[in-house]
Amino acid sequence: MGTVKKYFFNDMGVMVGRSMRHIFRSVDTIITVAITPIAMMLLFVYVLGGAIQTGMDNYVNYLLPGILLIAIASGISYTAYRLFMDLQCGIFERFHSMPIARSAALWGHVLTSLVSNAISVVLIIFVAIIMGFRSSAGVLPWLAVVGILTLFTLALTWIAAIAGLSAKSVDGAVAFSYPLIFLPFISSAFVPTESMPSVVRIFAENQPVTSIVEAIRALLSGQPVGNDIWIALMWCLGILIVAYLFAMRAYKRKAV
Amino acid sequence: MEKAIQVNGLQKSYKKLHVLKGIDFEVEKGSIFALLGSNGAGKTTIVRILTTLLKQDGGTAAVNGFDVATKPDYVRQSISLTGQFAAVDEILTGRENLIMIARLRHLTNPRQVADDLLKRFSLTEAADRRVFSYSGGMRRRLDIAMSLVGEPQLIFLDEPTTGLDPEGRIEVWKTVKELAGGGTTVFLTTQYLEEAEQLADRIAILHEGKIIANSTLEELKKLFPPAKVEYVEKQPTLEEIFLAIIGKKEDE
Repeated sequence: MGTVKKYFFNDMGVMVGRSMRHIFRSVDTIITVAITPIAMMLLFVYVLGGAIQTGMDNYVNYLLPGILLIAIASGISYTAYRLFMDLQCGIFERFHSMPIARSAALWGHVLTSLVSNAISVVLIIFVAIIMGFRSSAGVLPWLAVVGILTLFTLALTWIAAIAGLSAKSVDGAVAFSYPLIFLPFISSAFVPTESMPSVVRIFAENQPVTSIVEAIRALLSGQPVGNDIWIALMWCLGILIVAYLFAMRAYKRKAV
Repeated sequence: MEKAIQVNGLQKSYKKLHVLKGIDFEVEKGSIFALLGSNGAGKTTIVRILTTLLKQDGGTAAVNGFDVATKPDYVRQSISLTGQFAAVDEILTGRENLIMIARLRHLTNPRQVADDLLKRFSLTEAADRRVFSYSGGMRRRLDIAMSLVGEPQLIFLDEPTTGLDPEGRIEVWKTVKELAGGGTTVFLTTQYLEEAEQLADRIAILHEGKIIANSTLEELKKLFPPAKVEYVEKQPTLEEIFLAIIGKKEDE
């Protein structure tokens, strides 16, 4: 019906406004999304960093991309949590029995995830600058970094949507993100992969986080990015598309 | 009389469980219709099909003249659902909840609509408190208020008083009666016989997947053995005692 389509953006705007209020009113989501990665950054730079040989003089510059990915990976678990709670309390049923676009409620959560993760990323970069992070990158490389991080957030958000839509309990909805948070540790995010035993190294060099981290690091330090950026984009897009399809299937199963 | 709901031969199974085995009934516009049944009888399944949340396996259902399976968007324009659990946003305030629904119904004056409903449901004082601090009765009131945003012609109330204290229940009953007085059709499910007796113009009993009775309270009473005259000492029920004590306290 015409009105449903006509109001799609209005409806989605209402949904985004709603979940943004949720974010700003539950302080713990802001703390875990931004403060924990910042604490990790402090720990790695001032406690462990002195003993880590990266081949870069500035360890903050080396570390920042991985820290940003960890922040996003922990941020999206709240998307799963909020989706799960909406399904539990029946508010999705209320929305779905109203003359609004079916997907508005879901897209509201996805956009909220983008906005809230963007806020924590900016916060973390700000702290990194205080800690000595410097970048010689111009506008275009920065735009490329924003693009990669946006795709990465979207890809993980749709994974979170699958978890939130199909979980049987709150714990289940949130637990899926723990392995995602750990992926950066088994990559070149904190230490170069050369120091790892061969089996771990093969995994580390071929998992998505390494190519994403390498691409962002190269862009920020003005180095040639090589193939990493294409591998990173393919990983992000691939995960995004597959996760989106599964999430939509889970969504349709919940709501006719 | 025009029909608000027409259901013919409705069937629904969940895997091997045959929940609805051919349901037929009609609801007249402006009336209160109560669907009675024990837990798991399929009351909520009927509500979910009529509110376009679930597709039936067989039979037809029309709401305000629109088929729920083929014209769900038209159906959604004229109904609203108050589900079994108060579907309110706990993190928002009462006012924000109402404004949100008013915006989603694309009304031109969401604030005004919210203010009016807050007043009508005696929630004005609590309007700017977050809903998680509300009592069960207040949540339910807000829940029903949210269903009234945009004045839908037909309201579904799925076990609206389950889990409420006696005062909360009486409040909800009052609201439902006022609604019907204003011309809104009310479709109510309940497992409390007294609730149906208090409110409904027409009562249908759902048992083992079929409607086994569907008539007015008077007609239902006639189906049973005629009233006998017996002399029994009238003891007050605990509910009457409870309400009397509370009433006294409030008068003091």
